[in-house]
Amino acid sequence: MRELAYYEAKLEALSEIMADDRVHLMGGSFLSLSPRRTLFRKIKERYPDRVADPPISELGYCGLAIGAAMAGLRPVVDLSTGSFIYEAWPQVVNEAANAFYMSGGQTRAPVVFHILHGIRGQGAAQHSHSPQAMLWNCPGLEIVLPSSPKDVKGLLKSAVESPNPTIFVDHVQLFEIRGPVPEGDLVIPFGQAEVKRQGKDVTVIATSLEVQRSLNVAGQLAREGIEVEVADPRTVAPLDFATLLASVEKTGRVVIVDQCHKSCGIAAELAARIAEEGFDKLKAPIRRVTAPDVPIPFSPPLEEFVTPTEPRIIEAIRSVLR
Amino acid sequence: MLPKVPREKLVEFCRRMLLIRHFEESLIGLHDQGRFEGHYHVYIGQEATGVPALSCLGQKDILFTTHRNHGHLLARGADPGKLFAEILGRKDGYNQGKGGTFHVAAAELGFLHTSGIVAGIIPLAVGAAYAAKAKKRDQITVCLIGDGALEEGAAPESFNLASLWKLPVLFLCENNGKYGPGRATGAAQSATMAVYPLTDLPVAYKIPARQIDGTDAGAVHAAFSEAVAKIRRGEGPRFIETQTVRWPGGETNWPAVPVPTDVSLAWDASAVPERAREWYRSSDPVLIFIRELVEKGQATKTEIAEIDKGARQTIEQAARFALESLFPEPKEALKDVFAQR
Repeated sequence: MRELAYYEAKLEALSEIMADDRVHLMGGSFLSLSPRRTLFRKIKERYPDRVADPPISELGYCGLAIGAAMAGLRPVVDLSTGSFIYEAWPQVVNEAANAFYMSGGQTRAPVVFHILHGIRGQGAAQHSHSPQAMLWNCPGLEIVLPSSPKDVKGLLKSAVESPNPTIFVDHVQLFEIRGPVPEGDLVIPFGQAEVKRQGKDVTVIATSLEVQRSLNVAGQLAREGIEVEVADPRTVAPLDFATLLASVEKTGRVVIVDQCHKSCGIAAELAARIAEEGFDKLKAPIRRVTAPDVPIPFSPPLEEFVTPTEPRIIEAIRSVLR
Repeated sequence: MLPKVPREKLVEFCRRMLLIRHFEESLIGLHDQGRFEGHYHVYIGQEATGVPALSCLGQKDILFTTHRNHGHLLARGADPGKLFAEILGRKDGYNQGKGGTFHVAAAELGFLHTSGIVAGIIPLAVGAAYAAKAKKRDQITVCLIGDGALEEGAAPESFNLASLWKLPVLFLCENNGKYGPGRATGAAQSATMAVYPLTDLPVAYKIPARQIDGTDAGAVHAAFSEAVAKIRRGEGPRFIETQTVRWPGGETNWPAVPVPTDVSLAWDASAVPERAREWYRSSDPVLIFIRELVEKGQATKTEIAEIDKGARQTIEQAARFALESLFPEPKEALKDVFAQR
C-alpha cells in the first residue's frame, strides 16, 4: 500500500470532498499555520466560489454555516485553533446541536467544524485547548478524532457525508506522520474504534496525537516483553464502546490517554463506563494520563510538565502492571 | 392605510389577524388553567406586521423566528391545532412535543429552526441566504427578530457577513417597545441599547434600513413588497424595523388579557378596563385594520363579525384538537438526537 504523510492524506480528502458541489469550505487554515498551509491554495484556486474567507467573526460565520447546512449545503468550517470554537459556542452548542432534536426531526444541520486542538508548543492557555470533552457533553454533535493518515482521510470523507453537525478534532503535531493510505475512495464510518496494535498485557485507549505517542510507547515496551494493546475510538460520538471494552476484558488492565483536562475529560468518561460495565474484568485500577486541571502554561518546562508525554504513559502502564 | 391588494386579500388579512389574536388569547387561558408550564410570549399587538409582511413571500422562501413565533407561523398559514398541540407538549404538535412555545418549527412552511436565544437565528438566516445564493435559487430568507436581538453580538457579526457577501436576506426587527414601560423616548429608546434609531446598526454595515409603523398594515405591506423585490433582484440584504406599542397585557413574562378581543371594540372601547383602554383605542393593530376596512368600504360590520366568528370557531376546534391529542410516549425523549444516514 502507498504511504502518505498525514497532511497529504488530509489534503487529498479536502480535494476529494470538493467534488460534491454542496461542499463549501470556510476559512483557510485546515493545514494550520504550518509551512504546509500553502498547499491549501490549490484547492482555493480550483474552487474560488466554494472556498470563503470570512471575517474574524466565529459566531457569525459558524452560525452562517449552520444555516447554510439547514438550507441544503455541506459547509466545512475551519476554526483553526480549537479554542476559537468558544467564540462560536452559542451557535455550535445551542443551535446546531439542538436543531434536529428540537424540531422533532424536521431540520438537519450537516455542518463540519474543523478545529486544531491540544498542546502544540508554547500556545499558552488560550491556544492549547481540547474542547472535545465539553462538546461531548452536548448531545447532537458528532465528534471525530483522527490519529493516522488513513484515518484523517477516511474520517473527513465520512464527516462530509454525515447528516449531523460534526466536530472534526485534529492535532497539528500529527501532520508530518507517515502511514499507509489505500488508493481511491476511502470512507471510514463513524462509531468504529480501531485496535491499532494488538497486545495481551495492558490496554491503552488513546485519542488523536496521544494514539501515536501510545504506539511509540508500545514499541519501546515490547522490547522488555510487555505487550501493549493500543485502542483508538476514532470517534467519541458515536462511540464504539464494545471494541474498547472487549480489549479491556482481554487484558484486564487499562490506561486512558488524552489531552483534555483530567476532570470531566474524555478519559474521565471512558473510565466511568469501563468501571460501570467492565469492573469485574479489571485486575488493576484504571489509570488516566491527561493534562492536569490547570490552564496550559507557556514556558517550555511548565508546558512539558502538564503534557501526556511518552514517559508519563510508560509510568502509568508500569503502575497498572505492578 | 390599507394594503394595496384586492379585496379578497384584505379579507384574508383580517381573518389571519383575528386568528392570531384569538389563538393567543386562548393560549393565555390554557396557561392559566395549568395546561402548560413556563413563560411564553404572545404576538398580540403585532398582527398588522406579521400578516401583511409575510404575505409578500413566496412558497419556497425560508423563515427563521424566535420566542415570539406563534403569530409568524399563523400568518404563514400554520395549522393552529398543531401549533397548540406543540405548545401543550403533545405528540401531534409540529415538533412532536420536543420544542414547545419557543421552538416551533414547520419545515413545510419554510420555518426551519426557531430559537429561544434572541439573536440565535440571525447568523442562521444569513447562512440560509448564503445557500440560496450559492445554489442560485430564487429564494430569500427572512429573519424575524425583536429589538432585543440587536443587543447580542451575533447581530453585528451577521450584518457584516450579509452585507459583505450581498446575501438575499431580509431582517424584520419588530420593535414592540415604542413608548413601552421602562423605555426612554428621545435620545435613546431603551436603557439597554445605545444605538438609536435601531436602524443605525445595520446602516453602519451598509445595509439599507428603514423604520415603519408596525400597526399600519398598508405601510408594512408596501415596505415589504419593495424590499422583497429588491432582494430578489440580487441587491443584497435589507433591514426593516417595525414599531408597535406594547400590548398592556404583555408587560410582564406572564401575559394577562385585559379584555377578550371583540370586533365591536373597534368602535366602542368603553368595555376595556381603564388602564388598558387607550391601547385598544389607538394602538391595537387589529382594531385599526377593521376600522379602516369598514371606513374604506371594503367590508361591512356584519361581514367583519362573520369573519370573526369563523376565526373563533377555528381556534376553538384547534384548542380542542390539542387538548385531545396524547402526550408522547416517555421513551420518545431518547429519539431524534441524531439524524440517521
